[in-house]
Amino acid sequence: MRFAHTDNRRSEGRLTFLQWGIAVAFLVLISGFWQLQIFNPAYYSRLAERNHIKNLRMPAPRGRILDRYNRVLVDNYPSFSIVAQWEVGQSLQAHLPAIATGLEQNPEQLAERVKTARARVPRQAIVVQENATLRDIAFVESHRIEYPELDLVSEPRRLYPRAGFAAHLFGYVGEISERELELPGMELLKPRDLIGKSGIERQYNGVLQGQTGVLRMIVNSRGGEVDPLDEEFATAGRDLRLTIDYDLQEVAEQKFRGDKGALVALDPRTGEILALVSRPTFDLNSFARGIPMEEWRGLMADPQNPLLNRAIQAQLAPGSIYKIMQATAGLEAGAVDETTTHYCSGGGTFYGRYFRCWKKGGHGRIGIHRAIVQSCDVFFYNLGKDLGIDRMHEYSTRLGLGRKTGIDLPGEQPGLMPSSEWKQKVFHERWYPGETISLAIGQGALTTTPLQLAFSIGGIASGGYFARPHLIAWKDMEALGQEIPLPTEFRVPLREQTVALVTDGLYGVVNEGGGTGRRGRIQGLDVGGKTGTAQVASIKASEADDTLKDNAWFVGLAPRRNPEIVVVALYEGGEHGYLAAPVVREVIKAYFDKKEDSEFQYAQKPGPSEDIAAGQFVPEPGG
Amino acid sequence: MGKYVSLKDFDWLLLVLLLLISALGVVEIYSTTAHTKFAGAHVKQIYWILLGVSLMFLVCRYDYHDLLNHIPLIYILTLVALVALLLLGSDISGARRWIRVGGFSFQVSEAVKLVIILLLARFFSESHEERVSLPELAMVFLAVGVPGVLVAMQPDLGTALTLVPIVIVTLFLAGLKWRYFGMMLLAGLMILPVGLHYLKPYQKARIATFMHPEQDPQKAGYQLLQSKIAVGSGQLWGKGTAQGTQTQLWFLPESHTDFIFAAYAEEQGFFGVLFALLLYLLALMRLVHNAKNAPDAGGMFIIGGVVAVLSFQILVNIGMVVGYAPVTGIPLPLMSYGGSSALFIFLSMGLVNSVRVRRFVN
Repeated sequence: MRFAHTDNRRSEGRLTFLQWGIAVAFLVLISGFWQLQIFNPAYYSRLAERNHIKNLRMPAPRGRILDRYNRVLVDNYPSFSIVAQWEVGQSLQAHLPAIATGLEQNPEQLAERVKTARARVPRQAIVVQENATLRDIAFVESHRIEYPELDLVSEPRRLYPRAGFAAHLFGYVGEISERELELPGMELLKPRDLIGKSGIERQYNGVLQGQTGVLRMIVNSRGGEVDPLDEEFATAGRDLRLTIDYDLQEVAEQKFRGDKGALVALDPRTGEILALVSRPTFDLNSFARGIPMEEWRGLMADPQNPLLNRAIQAQLAPGSIYKIMQATAGLEAGAVDETTTHYCSGGGTFYGRYFRCWKKGGHGRIGIHRAIVQSCDVFFYNLGKDLGIDRMHEYSTRLGLGRKTGIDLPGEQPGLMPSSEWKQKVFHERWYPGETISLAIGQGALTTTPLQLAFSIGGIASGGYFARPHLIAWKDMEALGQEIPLPTEFRVPLREQTVALVTDGLYGVVNEGGGTGRRGRIQGLDVGGKTGTAQVASIKASEADDTLKDNAWFVGLAPRRNPEIVVVALYEGGEHGYLAAPVVREVIKAYFDKKEDSEFQYAQKPGPSEDIAAGQFVPEPGG
Repeated sequence: MGKYVSLKDFDWLLLVLLLLISALGVVEIYSTTAHTKFAGAHVKQIYWILLGVSLMFLVCRYDYHDLLNHIPLIYILTLVALVALLLLGSDISGARRWIRVGGFSFQVSEAVKLVIILLLARFFSESHEERVSLPELAMVFLAVGVPGVLVAMQPDLGTALTLVPIVIVTLFLAGLKWRYFGMMLLAGLMILPVGLHYLKPYQKARIATFMHPEQDPQKAGYQLLQSKIAVGSGQLWGKGTAQGTQTQLWFLPESHTDFIFAAYAEEQGFFGVLFALLLYLLALMRLVHNAKNAPDAGGMFIIGGVVAVLSFQILVNIGMVVGYAPVTGIPLPLMSYGGSSALFIFLSMGLVNSVRVRRFVN
């Protein structure tokens, strides 16, 4: 044998060794599979799932906001955002310049945006373009193969009727912040979800907010979509009907000429708010599109503070409007009656200091009716002196001043009704009787919000029936599963005599000769009202210019007793102060014009109850 | 020397094991390619296997001694072919490995393995010494090193590396002293940095990835990670044939070739893996058994070399799938799609049987 020189027996031992070696190596291999497949299989299964399942969040449209007759005030419009999935093919970074060109964006800004988004929410899709134009959408659709990481997501956005219209009332929506994510009730939300940040949008976020849907797509390694796996459909938010009357809101918005101020109209029989305006205003639509940083900073830095809802947040001295509460308190306390008179010589000395009446010549001898009609300061100085600070505080507080009305809007301010106790507590000083005298005509430390005045005067004119102001009818609130805030109303026992005297005074202000509110007069309507001017206390000391000017108030109500509508207008800075009464007049007029129209309609058509059931453009029963 | 051989002596058990493994491979190739541009690859693979089996029967009738006699000439021809390939070969994805004959392309480097096995078998069976001498050792390294470098230059590092276990196992079976192995290990470690210097960037990346897979999840590490995900998510029972998400959605790279065992592990699970590994182990044990019963040293060295190549490829390929070995591009015998690889295996099985059927002939 040519090839048989080596001894096979020694080789046999080495071959056996080889066999063992191979067997051991196989055991090592098996241990590798054991580790991956048996020891911790969930880990890799999860990775496999993450690999091939793409979650696309489908934001739900928010519920619409309707007026009291179901007319749409705030709607949605379809909008598309372009999002990028970071994981797909790991290619986003490399594609960014090309994507930026395709979407006509600045590449550096886009890269920066992707970087921050990635740092903030590592595993979530990154929005590279909001409000995609048709051109952007075409770019994404035509580059599905090249840029599989890009997706189009439908993101319904808010559509508001007109720039500035009822902006403070509706409030704006924005992406949920990290802090808000931790709040109760926000557990199901994810970063990038929209929530109401102010106004109705915030107050009733739970109603308006829908349920975000999730579309799960099976994707391959190139990001190509293979099949939809399943879809949790988005559930739209529920529509919300406000007590606002679009017609009245429209009139108020149109006729409110001042650049700073507020207007509130409410129905004191129910507490339903009919219109609510605050100026300066802002464009909600720019929030809906995702407000640019500069614009947001501008709004925040604006000394006029346009984001402030002055109807419920401006706390200013009510001036002579306060005489209504003061008269009510005096009559109820017995400090004054219809026979009481004081002599006004254009001023008077109280506690060693001379206080002037606004009318230099004086009003002469004057009783409570004419004192209200002509807004005689001296009469009320005397009344203040007779009542004393603590009784003033007690009655005014009962009549709704110095505390929140409890309206269903976030951020309502309580105003301030001073007392000797308050002064001691805050300033550690005794109350000076002189302060009572200024307070008696609504000056000094006293501050109120426009809503508070409407609420309080509405309650007095309704014979002591105070209905909590609200923007969602109680029955609607119940139907939406919202907790109705309690109490919904309270009563202050007022004598008929008191109410009659005060409301007749208010009627006189508008309708009698020498009345200070004759601009508010409406032919053929039982309208009462009161003017107010306050020199002091703008909320910001820095607004040096405005503090020198007066704030002008007007409150109007009709009919004078058990009114259906109370309107308060505030013009800050005084330039347009003389316009406060006319705008109130316009709103009241619009209310009754409309009522007359619909009553005319009722007369024409038989079976009005069916019309009510049909719903649209029909005033509420009893209105 | 008697010339009578009988097919009764043919290793039918080994053939059954090989065909079972091939069948697993064909099913997995079908599963991984059904919806890709490679669709139909499993049919081609069946043709290759049938061709391989026919060649195997052909070769086993041929006396391996004749081959051993002619091996120096074959070796020279192979070297010429390798040089020609480097100069003229067709580029497929940056590598010159292929010779086109008709519609088929054939990888010369697969043949190099057989040639080296036979060359070493002849060399050591001719040696009269009890122990391997140092000059002999030097000759072996030169004889294997030249084609090895030529193959590595193609560049086909995987096949070039496959030559190393052939040398080691043959030297081991030839009775090389342990201390020589120690010296070889030392020399290898010293040469390693020099060798690394000449690696292509992607090859360096692969090695770096093997050392630190988590540092490079984008490129080279991606393959390894996807492979581990595929294996791990297969769990105990697997996701079912053609059901693996890693495989079917193309997350697993080279799923019908280098990473076919990851695809198999994903779809057939741990039990499937045990079954396949058992088949491989039995086949290897059977081969070593045949080596023990070889009629002469030449036959024993031939089978030993075949065992070396197969075990190395199996261990490195499957080790790569679970992250125990670097990503090298060494195919899994009989399961990875590829005609050259299948032909090489059945040819070598032909040689093994050529030895086996002559075990009683003296």
